[in-house]
Amino acid sequence: MKPTHIFQAEQVIAGHDHKTVIKGVSLVIPSNKISVIIGANGCGKSTLLKTLARLIKPASGTITLDGRSIGKIPPKQLARILGLLPQSPVVPEGISVADLVGRGRFPHQSWLSGWTKKDTEAVAEAMRIMDITELANHNIDELSGGQRQRVWIAMALAQQTDILFLDEPTTFLDITYQIEILDLLTDLNRKYGTTIVMVLHDINLSARYADHIFALYQGELLAEGEPSKVITSTLVKDIFGLDCTVIKDPVSGSPLVLPKGRHHVSGLND
Amino acid sequence: MNNQSIEFIMAGRRQRRRRWILVTSLLAALACLLCCAMLLLGSTIYPVSDVIRALTGEHLKGVSFAVNTIRLPRMLAGLFAGFAFGLAGYTFQTMLRNPLANPNVIGITSGSSAAAVFCIIILHASGAIVSIASVIAGLATVLLIYILSKGKTFSVGRLILIGIGIQAMLDAVISYLLLVSAQQDIPAALRWLTGSLNGSGMQELPPLIITVIVLAPIVIVLGQHLSILELGEQSASSLGVDTNKTRVLLILSSVCMIAMATATTGPIAFVSFLSGPIAKRLAGAGFSGVIPAGLVGVNLVLASDLIGQFAFEYRFPVGIITGLLGAPYLIFLLIRMNRRGEL
Repeated sequence: MKPTHIFQAEQVIAGHDHKTVIKGVSLVIPSNKISVIIGANGCGKSTLLKTLARLIKPASGTITLDGRSIGKIPPKQLARILGLLPQSPVVPEGISVADLVGRGRFPHQSWLSGWTKKDTEAVAEAMRIMDITELANHNIDELSGGQRQRVWIAMALAQQTDILFLDEPTTFLDITYQIEILDLLTDLNRKYGTTIVMVLHDINLSARYADHIFALYQGELLAEGEPSKVITSTLVKDIFGLDCTVIKDPVSGSPLVLPKGRHHVSGLND
Repeated sequence: MNNQSIEFIMAGRRQRRRRWILVTSLLAALACLLCCAMLLLGSTIYPVSDVIRALTGEHLKGVSFAVNTIRLPRMLAGLFAGFAFGLAGYTFQTMLRNPLANPNVIGITSGSSAAAVFCIIILHASGAIVSIASVIAGLATVLLIYILSKGKTFSVGRLILIGIGIQAMLDAVISYLLLVSAQQDIPAALRWLTGSLNGSGMQELPPLIITVIVLAPIVIVLGQHLSILELGEQSASSLGVDTNKTRVLLILSSVCMIAMATATTGPIAFVSFLSGPIAKRLAGAGFSGVIPAGLVGVNLVLASDLIGQFAFEYRFPVGIITGLLGAPYLIFLLIRMNRRGEL
C-alpha cells in the first residue's frame, strides 16, 4: 500500500500570461483516494491541476507536500512522489512502447547507475497493469488512440509515484475506452492506494468514479466533498448554468445528472 | 507469467540496445578509417610507414610537410567540426522536436560565420578574437530568433520561419563582406559560404578541439535529459527535469561548439541538418542519439571532403558535397512534412 501524504494548497492564486485564473483556492487532497476536479470550460480546472503539479508557479499562496513547499523539493525527488499525465503529451517519433514507458523511470535513475533490473520490473509491472505487455516492441505510431492513452498512463505508472495527477485522461476516446481507462485507474487506487487527482469533462463519470469532488467556478472552489453530497441540481446550475434533474444512477448508485434542454422535456417535474 | 513478461520486455530492449551499440561501433570504426584515409591520401601517396614516422615526429623530407602541415590539420578540423555540427544539430532538432530546427537552417551557423568573416576580412583579426566573436554572434542569433518568435505563445514553426529569414539576411551580409573586401579570392569566399577544410592550419585548431573536448561530454551526459525534454514541457517537468536549466545548458554548449567549428571551417552546409535524422534512422529512437549523431557528422564531413578532393577533376570544398547531399533531403522533408500537415 502506498504511504499517506498530506498535500495541501492554501490561498493559491495563479494564472498565465498575466491573467489570473485561480483566485484563491485552498484545499487538502484526500490521501489514497480518487479526487476529480469538475467545472465549466475555462473555469481553471487544468490550471489548478498544473499549479498543484508545480508546472505553473503560483503568484501567491503555498502548496505543500507533507509540510514542505513543493517549489523547494528537488525536482527529481518530487517526481518520485508526484506524477502528472498532461492532456496532450507529445509523442516522439519512431519510439517503441517499452522504451517510452521506460522514460517514466527517469526520476529513479542517475547517469551513473544507468538502467537497472528494478527499472525493468517497474516497466513490466506498469505494462501488465495497463494490459499492454504484448505491445511492448511495437512502434508507438502504430497504436490506436485508446492504446496510446494506456501507454501514457503506463509511463506515469512506471514512475511509481504515490500521487498521480491526470489532466482529462479520457478526452478523445470512445465511451468504451473511457470506461476502461477509469476502471484501470480505480484498480490502481484500490489495489495500491495510489492517490489520484484528475480533471474530467463528464460530470456523470466524475460522480461515478470519484471518492471526492472539487467543484470549481471561475477560479474559485465552490463546493467539495463526496459526490452524493456535492452533486445536486443547484450546484450544476451554479457551475454550469444548466437546468437539470439529479437522480440516483441505477447502475452505480451515484448521482446522475439529467440535463433539461429546451426540447424533449416531458413528464418529470421536481 | 510475470517473469515471462519481464523476459519479453527485456529481450526487445536488449535487441534495440545491441543495435545501438553495433551502429555506434560501426560509425566509430568508419570514422577511424576515414581519418586514416585523410592522412594517407593526397596528391602524393606516401607509404604507411613513412606517414606514421612523420606523425611521430621524425623529420622526413616532403612527407613531414604534407602530413603534419596539410593533412593532419585538415583531418582534425573535419573530425572535430563534424562531431560538433552533428551533436549540436541533433540537440536542437530533438529539443525543438522538428528536424528543420537546426543551426544550419535557422541561421546560427550563418551568424557565427558572418562574425568570423567580419573579424578576419575587415578587422584582419585572428585566433581568440575570431573565436570569441563567433560564439557571441551565434548566441546573439539564438537570442534574436527566440525574442522575435516568442510572441504571446512560443511556436517552433514561427521560430523556424524567422530563423530562415535571419539566415538569408546573414548570408547576404557574408556575401557583401566578401565582395567589398580587397582580397576576394574564391577559395576564401567558398569557405565562408559553404564551409571548407582547405587552409585550416594547426595553429587555428586548439580553440575548436578544446571546446569540443570540454563541452561534448556535457551534451552527452545531458542526452538522457534531452530524451525526456522530447516528451514535451509538461511531461518533462513532471518527470523531474529542470527544463529551463537543461535547455540553457544544452543551447550554450551546442552554440559554443558550432561557433568554434564555424570559425575554423566555415558553416559546412547541411551537416548539422543531416546527422541527427541519419543517426536516428540507423541507431533507433529508443536510446540517446547524441553520440551516433556526432559520429555521423564526422563521417559526413570526412567522406565528403575525400569525395570533394579526389572524385572529380577539380577539387571541391567539403561544403559543396554536403550541400549536394543535404538539399535533396531538405526538399524531401518539406514535402513529407507538408503532406502530414506539420508545416
